[in-house]
Amino acid sequence: MTVVDATAAPARTTVARPRPSTATVFLAVLRRDLLVTGKELWVILVQVGLTPLFMLFVFDTILGAQGVVGRSFADLFLPGIIALAAFTTALQSVALPLVKEFGFTMEIEDRLMAPIPTGLVAVGKLVIATIRGLLAAVLIYPLGALVVGSAPWRPEGLPQALLVVLLGAWIGGGLGITLATILPIQRINITLSLVVTPIIWTGCIHYPWPRLSTIPWYQIVTLFNPMTYVSEGVRGALLPTVPHISPWACLAVLTAVAAITTATAVRGFTRRAIQ
Amino acid sequence: MTSRGTPPTVEVDQLVKRYPKSEVNAVDGLSFTVEPGEIFGLFGPNGAGKSTTIGILTTRIRATSGRAVIGGVDVLRDPVGARAQLAVVPQHNNLDRSLTPRQNLLYHAAYHGVGRRERESRADDLLERFGLADRADKRIEAYSGGMAQRLMIARALIHEPAVLFLDEPTNGLDPQTRLLIWNRIHQMRDRGVSIVLTTHQMNDAAGLVDRVGVVDHGRLLTLDTPTNLVRSLAGRSILDLTVALGPQGDVDALLTALREVSGVRKAEQLAAPALPAARRPGGFGANGRAMGPGRGGPPGPGGGRGLPPGLGAGRLAALGLGAAVGTLPSARARAGTRIRLHLATDPAALLGPILTLLSDRSANLTDVRVSEPSLEDVFIELTGRGLR
Repeated sequence: MTVVDATAAPARTTVARPRPSTATVFLAVLRRDLLVTGKELWVILVQVGLTPLFMLFVFDTILGAQGVVGRSFADLFLPGIIALAAFTTALQSVALPLVKEFGFTMEIEDRLMAPIPTGLVAVGKLVIATIRGLLAAVLIYPLGALVVGSAPWRPEGLPQALLVVLLGAWIGGGLGITLATILPIQRINITLSLVVTPIIWTGCIHYPWPRLSTIPWYQIVTLFNPMTYVSEGVRGALLPTVPHISPWACLAVLTAVAAITTATAVRGFTRRAIQ
Repeated sequence: MTSRGTPPTVEVDQLVKRYPKSEVNAVDGLSFTVEPGEIFGLFGPNGAGKSTTIGILTTRIRATSGRAVIGGVDVLRDPVGARAQLAVVPQHNNLDRSLTPRQNLLYHAAYHGVGRRERESRADDLLERFGLADRADKRIEAYSGGMAQRLMIARALIHEPAVLFLDEPTNGLDPQTRLLIWNRIHQMRDRGVSIVLTTHQMNDAAGLVDRVGVVDHGRLLTLDTPTNLVRSLAGRSILDLTVALGPQGDVDALLTALREVSGVRKAEQLAAPALPAARRPGGFGANGRAMGPGRGGPPGPGGGRGLPPGLGAGRLAALGLGAAVGTLPSARARAGTRIRLHLATDPAALLGPILTLLSDRSANLTDVRVSEPSLEDVFIELTGRGLR
């Protein structure tokens, strides 16, 4: 009996089991979201495609044909549409699923129980939202060009455009996570409308910011919208001849806002996850 | 408890949780330990602090003060490290609906750093053991409650935790699934996994758990083996009498008189109307041993199942009481006053004196039921009959 006891004992010690590296766990959590993103690609395409493409179609093809807007308007508008797609796709593709995962299906719990700091699960969500936003922007560029029949093309501006779009998507994702985790479930829909709609319409998507100088109060209002800097950044990269906010100013503001939304997203997420 | 001398896998010491804006502690100085390979039942009424306790131990709720150690890791200081030691099966279905059942297992294992080949082999094995192999690649939405529960337990096991937390693991499940789940819980215990279990199906769990902690208002009321709890708190057996009182019958006087009969530990009047005749259906001929894992069927309202080892009612049948019990029409039984006696001795020896006492007071005995106290009786005794 002693022999049996002696062999059985080591299997029942309470020496802590080895814990996996943070990177391994983080990548596994990320891989899950990538898999789901892949599965939902067509959903994203619809999310991304429909509204901006219809906007392009109406503002350029229809209003253009009626002579209400000039032909060059499409060139001004397309960069704004790319910025819009990145920002709103990132925001929407993280906010509503997160509300569902925390409030109804609770399916986030399995990842919350993974041995990594809870804040990193939020960062994972942010990374995926950014990827989705980038994907949206990359898709909308050629699709938009197809709708309008032309597009501003300036290869040397692409790195700046990509960087601005990336920051824009990151901010959209951060805002999405923040709203989804701090708002009560019953108020999420109304709040998203209240927040997202003004962001879209005061974000200089349809018009270059410097030209707002004729309406100074509105020009000031738009400065408080991060979307303005995304639109202006993309527009400046693709159409440097059109007056725009300096790229450095755009990047500086966007980086600062990205840092703030990251902090609020991680904080909101962690507070929601751990009572 | 299968091991001695090894340190406990769960140590809870003076744990306190007070939620913001609350005036009372949800958990109020709770302390207990769970040994490796022990099944520990944490029982308590709704709102007693069980879920908060489990929440703290599983790192989802931050304790206000106290100490909790899981698998050698301090939960409060190193929640990430603690998560590597534990697994939780919650009461609600929290499976990942965006993934297939097999992917649920594989990804969970990946979150815990189990290598690809190893997690695939463990997933195959677990799907087989939980009877899900042929539906491993279907949609989660197509799963029944029982299948979802089996999958959640399989998922909890795939990273081989040191401690498994099960919250109402067999709630609302059919007898077959309960049998399978209790059986798998037993197997885990045999492999040295510590299991912390909450359930309201106490009599079902009585045969499964090694020790029980009863919690109310955030405090531990008692902690012992089910057998000891039943013995120490409720007496050796219970005699339910239905009595038609005489014209000048006074229940209180009768109760006082009954309390004075030697061997009666406690006499109380039960609320009318009578409980269904199914109460303590196994009063006689029931399994003398504790309810085994997965023994099906919902337990009666007061038990009659889950008798701890050695306290079986079958023993009483052997005393020749069988014929006297449960044979009177229940319609008549409902007409009388219902009295419960907690006995410290064999009911057979007391029936005579009780009958004499009743006839002296012109009271007619219309129904007698003898049964063993169950864990649920202990629970009611400790936490009261009031609704939460």
